[in-house]
Amino acid sequence: MAEVKLEKIRDGTVIDHVPAGRALQVLRVLGVDDKFSDIVALLMNVESRRTGRKDVIKVENKVLSKEETDRLALVAPNATINIIKSYEVRKKTRVELPKEFVGIVKCANPQCVTNHEPVATRFSIESNNPIQLRCRYCERTQ
Amino acid sequence: MAFGKGSDLISISDLEKKEIEAVFARAKKFEDAVKAGKVKRTLEGRVVASLFFEASTRTRLSSASAANHLGARVIGFSGIEGTSVQKGETLSDTIEMVDKYIDAIFIRHPLDGAARLAAEVAKHPVINCGDGSNQHPTQTLLDLYTMRKEFGRIDGLEIALVGDLKYGRTVHSLALALNHYKVRLKFVSHPSLKMPDYIRKEVSNPVAETERLDIGKCDVVYVTRIQKERFSDLMEYERVKGIYKITPGVLEGAKKGSIVMHPLPRVDEISRTVDATPNARYFQQAGNGLFIRMAVLDAVMNG
Repeated sequence: MAEVKLEKIRDGTVIDHVPAGRALQVLRVLGVDDKFSDIVALLMNVESRRTGRKDVIKVENKVLSKEETDRLALVAPNATINIIKSYEVRKKTRVELPKEFVGIVKCANPQCVTNHEPVATRFSIESNNPIQLRCRYCERTQ
Repeated sequence: MAFGKGSDLISISDLEKKEIEAVFARAKKFEDAVKAGKVKRTLEGRVVASLFFEASTRTRLSSASAANHLGARVIGFSGIEGTSVQKGETLSDTIEMVDKYIDAIFIRHPLDGAARLAAEVAKHPVINCGDGSNQHPTQTLLDLYTMRKEFGRIDGLEIALVGDLKYGRTVHSLALALNHYKVRLKFVSHPSLKMPDYIRKEVSNPVAETERLDIGKCDVVYVTRIQKERFSDLMEYERVKGIYKITPGVLEGAKKGSIVMHPLPRVDEISRTVDATPNARYFQQAGNGLFIRMAVLDAVMNG
């Protein structure tokens, strides 16, 4: 496969090792939509030594919040986050599943109290692969 | 935190086996004391709230009776009529406010997870008396207590759960609580009312699933009502209601010494003529609810 190169970003975040085909979901998680004004570069289905194929996303002038990192863990649990400053990688971290997802995931059980009361949802990790979450309130897994 | 003073009881999975056994030991003491008319009023001067957002007879009355036996006063409501819930008050606000008036809360609510939310809001102990189709831990404790009392053990029993295994929270909690013991289970239901996968996959005991009411080898036949109120499609309810009916004729093929249990209320799934058979235990089972709820209330309020 021919090598694909993208121009470096000055400041921002590069999310690497996103499972192939999940890049668009990652953009949604990051809130990148048609109103987003900074540079976004997207590579899909490129070669990866670790996983065979992968997606890569570069977003200029963006640093992920804790909530965004937690959301990212749901769609790309093995991704790598590179913080870029002045064209250099300043920090590189692997996405880690948090012990608990708070206020991020909606409970799929329509009878769960979280779908009726003003309360943040809370999910614990039931299994990592595939990711399965357990609602703290109604105790269902999804 | 180990189950005791200040604890909540929200889900049967909150309890370890030794804690379940400790509740049984305490319940036995209360059972003996009630029968001897010598109950110590360990909750004298305390106030317990009975917040039943949904209909109940046995659980509500046995909980109130448990508190009364122990000397506590009971305040609360049964049904939301006449409460601020009708004006749109949230559950959190209701609990926050009630918590200022009382020392412990019994709660039943139609939504799954409502009791857990109540326990997060309240500073005082919260005892779940049924949250939607999720959990009903004191019912599970009294079910296990009844089996243990009748057979002197739970290990080794073959237990059939019959009827509405999809919506019946008692059979969900019971099937999971039985993971603490070595039993054989039989799930008897119409295909549309099967035990949900999210429960089924957590059951560690061997399970046989069947549509046929075959109870020949079972020690315990645990029958449940088809829960009309949980069906969104009443046509579906009409199709499945009355498919299993325990009659003296059915019990002729039952194992000697086997018992029939039911969390009650029954509709027509156990014939009235079964009441007089030596197998019937559902009223004794309901009676055990008093001792279990005394034990749980005493444990969370006195340690």
